[in-house]
Amino acid sequence: MSNPASQSFASRCLKSRSFVVGGTITLILLCCAIVSLFWTPGEVYNIVITDRFKAPSADHWLGTDQFGRDVFSMLMTGTQNSITVGVVAVSIGLFAGVSLGLYASAKRGWTEELIMRFSDFSFAFPAILSAIMITAILGPGGVNSIIAIGIYNVPVFARLTRGSANSIWAREYVMAARAAGKGKFRITIEHILPNILSIIVVQATIQFAIAILAEAALSYLGLGTQPPHPSWGRMLNEAQTLMFLQPMQAVYPGAAIALAVFGLNLLGDGLRDVLDPRLSRKR
Amino acid sequence: MSVFFAKRFLTLLATLFGASIVIFLVMEILPGDPALVILGVEATPDAVKVLTKELGLDRPALERYFSWIGGILQGELGNSYAYKVPVWELVEGALKITIPLAILSMILSVILALVIGLYAAANHNKASDVSLMGFSQLGISVPNFWLAVLLILFFAVNLRWLPPGGFPGWEEGIWKGIRSLILPALALATVQGAILARITRSSVLEVFREDYVRTARAKGLSQRATLWTHVLRNALIPVITVMGLQFANLLAGTVVVENVFHLPGLGSTVLKAINNRDTIVVENVVLMLAGMVVLTNFIVDLLYAVIDPRLKAHDI
Amino acid sequence: MTLLDVRNLNITLQTAMGEARAVRDLNITLKKGETLGIVGESGCGKSMTALALMGLLPENATTSGELLLSGEDLLEKSEKEMCTIRGNRMAMIFQEPMTSLNPVHTVGRQIMEPLRLHRGLSKKEAFEEAKRLLDRVGIPNPSERIRNHPHQLSGGQRQRVMIALALSCSPDILIADEPTTALDVTIQDQILELIQTLVDEEGMSLVLISHDLGVIAENTQKVMVMYGGTAVETGSTDRIFDELTHPYTQGLFAAMPKIGMGRNRRLTTIPGTVPDLINLPKGCTFTDRCPLASEKCGGAVPARSQMNESHTVMCHHLDKAIKARGGELYQ
Repeated sequence: MSNPASQSFASRCLKSRSFVVGGTITLILLCCAIVSLFWTPGEVYNIVITDRFKAPSADHWLGTDQFGRDVFSMLMTGTQNSITVGVVAVSIGLFAGVSLGLYASAKRGWTEELIMRFSDFSFAFPAILSAIMITAILGPGGVNSIIAIGIYNVPVFARLTRGSANSIWAREYVMAARAAGKGKFRITIEHILPNILSIIVVQATIQFAIAILAEAALSYLGLGTQPPHPSWGRMLNEAQTLMFLQPMQAVYPGAAIALAVFGLNLLGDGLRDVLDPRLSRKR
Repeated sequence: MSVFFAKRFLTLLATLFGASIVIFLVMEILPGDPALVILGVEATPDAVKVLTKELGLDRPALERYFSWIGGILQGELGNSYAYKVPVWELVEGALKITIPLAILSMILSVILALVIGLYAAANHNKASDVSLMGFSQLGISVPNFWLAVLLILFFAVNLRWLPPGGFPGWEEGIWKGIRSLILPALALATVQGAILARITRSSVLEVFREDYVRTARAKGLSQRATLWTHVLRNALIPVITVMGLQFANLLAGTVVVENVFHLPGLGSTVLKAINNRDTIVVENVVLMLAGMVVLTNFIVDLLYAVIDPRLKAHDI
Repeated sequence: MTLLDVRNLNITLQTAMGEARAVRDLNITLKKGETLGIVGESGCGKSMTALALMGLLPENATTSGELLLSGEDLLEKSEKEMCTIRGNRMAMIFQEPMTSLNPVHTVGRQIMEPLRLHRGLSKKEAFEEAKRLLDRVGIPNPSERIRNHPHQLSGGQRQRVMIALALSCSPDILIADEPTTALDVTIQDQILELIQTLVDEEGMSLVLISHDLGVIAENTQKVMVMYGGTAVETGSTDRIFDELTHPYTQGLFAAMPKIGMGRNRRLTTIPGTVPDLINLPKGCTFTDRCPLASEKCGGAVPARSQMNESHTVMCHHLDKAIKARGGELYQ
């Protein structure tokens, strides 16, 4: 069937409990998002006042909110939002951050110094704080919060990439390639990038989780996704005002966020075990 | 030591200076004219012009930057555009909430981390270790503002032990003030504590494999004595590193969590100021937050030097 | 008087790959003031034996047999009782002086620890005693060095500190596990000489572990050659070097650089690698690498043959091995 190398990869994946559990949770969420594009069990966008505050039933699995919208359907649709934010924000950070990190590592000297000092500054501004500042400039909204979180991700990836790339540049085979007259760009593509890819993939998973958390926080503060698009953070915000009447409404969206972040963190741990057995043994 | 100290202090100043430039530039691009926001959309262009001049916003950016920084150096933060009162007046009360809250949650998270981390390490690979680490993985995943809501539901609504939000002010007595900070601090500390507990555990386990731990055991020290005298101090080095890095997130967390508990701290101040386009307040508050982060990392650096004598040697 | 008597020591390690038999049926006797060398390649079980003596085996190890120190079985002792023996009646020096001292404490503090623990000295007394010990192991300017942290000392000095530490409670037995392997060649001799002098002066027994036959030959009275977790040849050092018998011992000797050896003569090596302790061969563990191996060797463990009262060898082909002493086994 398949070659032994990939077989052992698959079996290593299945052996890692973190990978299996985290991967399953992530897959389920992904399915929820895709299904909700075509079908949801109840009303998400339209207000049905007669249906407000329904208790959980066969029609409304988790009940309805103050506008009569189906909570379970809103949670399902909210998955779309979280996944989009995660994918786009991490992609922005990945593309810009990895390029900057690789460039810094290949150039060294003052270019590296400049890029690294700049990312140092950004560490004085925590994720949500810089996101708040950026959304303040661009105005509240889903797209703007994605950009804000994406910008925050840039220095994270730049630092990681530059650190790991520097250690690869010091390896013998890279020296050999340089001695053979290969250019820095070619070495970066041929040797550096493939060797740091697994570290970056693991970090991307973790940043994905952080992005979901940050977006939820922004939406919760009213700076992120705007109505009528369902988002977990805003559901929590709306539920909080009614916390004393309908406490469970405040529980569900948070649980959804926690589940998604939990799954992604586990997946990241599992990926680390699978992609880099040396790292996981050290822990 | 003094060279080490001086070097770190210079880095601190440089970082703060860099941060102030970034903040100022970002706020410069902020669309929306403060004068227009204050006067409302129906204001006449002339009135807007007068107010702009009054606020000093017609001066060139460079001049405004230096007058801002110069003011800070003289302890003068300027006047709020929206409320026409000194920024310090708006911020003073907020600092008295945010700083104690941050310190309280830091202390709580360290206690949580050391207890859980050491216990898990001591019971390495046993059921208690595995379940504690499972819980900590969950703790990391929980959004702090949701945890805050759950804590309110449980401790304030169901048990009625603690207030669900608001702040009575320190004049009402220290205990009353702390009471209303316990739940927010707990919400913040749980996530931080979960992260730190994992680091503590793995760091302790790693140090236990070091040669000098074997030496200590070969001297006749018991497992417990070895843990306290030889392992803990070395194991704390990575814990403190992460603690410093996490402080920025903790502070950001306070911005959100203050909102849940309706605490008039720096978080709500900055959110309100953003809505009012009160740029001078935003600039100062964000710089203060950045300053706290930088200062914490400075303290972490000093702690390093106290814990690990090798560092001093490298720097001198 | 027999100070240390090890009988049928077996150590098994539980690993992810299965059970590894690190040490099998090992017997050691050591009189007061006697010096024993344990020699073998890495993974032959010599360090495991040392750690077993100290009661410091890793958690995944199980032991059987008897470890008698002055007639008391150490394997029966509780952890608390072992703590009063370690560093007090038995002390150990490790291979890596660079990592064997705690980087965050001063060397003085680390030497004072056993003094206060076992000898009950006050802080001040312990400090003075630590200074005396540093002086004794040849560290110049001890009153200054005592306040140094390990990173401020050279490798040789650190190993001297380790020796001072081991010496602090005048133990009956000193175990030195490759004490010079990590050091510069020029320093190696100084450290070995120091150990030798101190052992003589204190009347301690010494267990010196090394992969280097030369080190063993110069510093010990008795020698035990270990291979694959068991002793393949034991005897007095003088006799064994005169009458190298076991093919493995002959191989170790052939692999040693010798004075007067021509420049162009290549060092001989023993082909192959050490046996897999998880899947040990059924018969003699050296079979795969032995130039004398026959079918018999793979089938059964050879008996221990008594060459004379102090010399034992485990080999199926004693006659051939004795004939080969001239050195023609490894060319």
